[in-house]
Amino acid sequence: MTLSRTILFGGLLSSLIVTAALLSFLWTPYDITQLDIPNKLQTPSATHWFGTDHFGRDIFSMIMVGARTSLAVALVAVGIGMGLGVPLGLWAASRQGGWTDEIIMRGNDLIFAFPSLVIAILITAILGPGAINAIIAIGIFNIPVFARLTRAGALPLWQREFILAARVAGKSPARISLEHILPNVANLLIVQGTIQFSLGILAEAGLSYVGLGAQPPTPSWGRMLADAQTMVAFAPHLALIPGLAIVSAVLGLNLLGDGLRDHLDPKIRVMRA
Amino acid sequence: MLRYALKRLLSLLISLAIASVVIFAVIEIAPGDPASFMLGLNAQPDTVAALRTELGLDVSKAQRYLNWVGGMLTGDFGTSYTYRTPVGGMIRDRIWVSLPLALYALTLSTLIAFPVGIYAAARRGKPGDLTVMGATQLGIAVPNFWFAMMLVLIFAINLRWFSAGGFAGWDEGAAAALKSLTLPAIALALPQSAILARVMRSSLLDILGEDFMRTARAKGLSRRQALFRHGLRNALIPVLTIIGMQFAFLLAGGIIIEQVFFLPGLGRLIFQSISARDLIVVESVVMLLVFLVIMVNFVVDLAYAAVDPRLRART
Repeated sequence: MTLSRTILFGGLLSSLIVTAALLSFLWTPYDITQLDIPNKLQTPSATHWFGTDHFGRDIFSMIMVGARTSLAVALVAVGIGMGLGVPLGLWAASRQGGWTDEIIMRGNDLIFAFPSLVIAILITAILGPGAINAIIAIGIFNIPVFARLTRAGALPLWQREFILAARVAGKSPARISLEHILPNVANLLIVQGTIQFSLGILAEAGLSYVGLGAQPPTPSWGRMLADAQTMVAFAPHLALIPGLAIVSAVLGLNLLGDGLRDHLDPKIRVMRA
Repeated sequence: MLRYALKRLLSLLISLAIASVVIFAVIEIAPGDPASFMLGLNAQPDTVAALRTELGLDVSKAQRYLNWVGGMLTGDFGTSYTYRTPVGGMIRDRIWVSLPLALYALTLSTLIAFPVGIYAAARRGKPGDLTVMGATQLGIAVPNFWFAMMLVLIFAINLRWFSAGGFAGWDEGAAAALKSLTLPAIALALPQSAILARVMRSSLLDILGEDFMRTARAKGLSRRQALFRHGLRNALIPVLTIIGMQFAFLLAGGIIIEQVFFLPGLGRLIFQSISARDLIVVESVVMLLVFLVIMVNFVVDLAYAAVDPRLRART
């Protein structure tokens, strides 16, 4: 089966960003902690591919290091969502209709009912701004997404013969969930993980933009945009480039997710918030 | 229907109760005492104690929670620590920016998404559809605050059609006020309309595969007639739910856009209060936003059940 153009294009964009982030640990064109005021606010050129900011820092290098922040925050937030949401979903499905199921699902509904952005702002405002608290704030809202999806994927499986066989063989519900249900919902989780990853990048950018994400000197795309805001009239590239970086990362991951969904199983449906 | 409504009402009340406890608890764990913060480092202990009494901080946590919730139920949102004015009044001034902005954006988003979604569904698989789907993928990926900055760059700085920020106020007339809300509303609406157009399209495509649509075609209606007479009405149900969710999102999502345009709405109030550590304002505004969002979802659920009896039976 050949890979669709959606997967290839999405995969290409995503791997470009991931490569830039990983490469930034080893090498960036310029040192982003080094200020170079005489060369400030330069437009893109051969020496500075994306130009320089108001401190004369190389924007290309800052985008590379900023990719690190965005990807790390979004990835760990997905990790929190999966790490807690998947077990909860498996547990709820194994007790379908019981009070455990009811409590877990109502809890999920409750988190879903909250405006996530407002709560994320509340959490980071109270706990203090920073990458870790941004991760927590974004991660919490990933939990119900994965719990619902896992439960929805697991419920029909519990009716199947191979699960019945495992029960007859004396396996506990927990073991069945782990050994037989989980591998069969893995595709769903990978696709949803990609989508939540891209939503996480958007959320991180929003939080850093309002000053509640990663703090200076850690570069982040959202904060680069906030810094650019007052200079947009005479240095539009300061706002244009970080924005395009966000769009590429989110678009790449979304296309990858959509492509993977069609590739892995055309029947499955992914929830979009 | 009544049974369903009562059941939903009960879960609404439970949600609100839990939300208020969570928000209160989050604010409680915030480090620092508002009274000492307001009076600065050199304050005398008895002055701090007096202020604590004045602000109602010297009673137990449970009592404070009850005072806060009880106050809100009677329209008293407490007194701002910084401005010493009733929070209710501050909210009333600013909600007339945030609420119209959300409604404006919702209207725009719906006006764009409906024709686009219908067009794409009618041309499924053809170049027109593929262009629309590509554009909506891009729309979903664009952060609205960045899009807002680009709008400012193009329409305020270069073309000078709009001012780059600020709010004219409703006293200047509705036209001036709406004009200052136009760029923010577009910034909020376009990414949302991308999502809505996709929902509209896929909902229509689901309906187009139904037997009654084949019957409509068989009795001699053209594709177009069948789509508008029978398809659209049925496809609207899921679309309406998404519109409800979007309203809630726009209300909450507006708080970042308000930062971009320096609009004096609830969002700016929250951020100003956060930096001034005016936690009673943060607490009450967040609770109000959560309340509005939960209420909107409740109304949408009821409307959904009213038009689709299958849903009532299921839950």
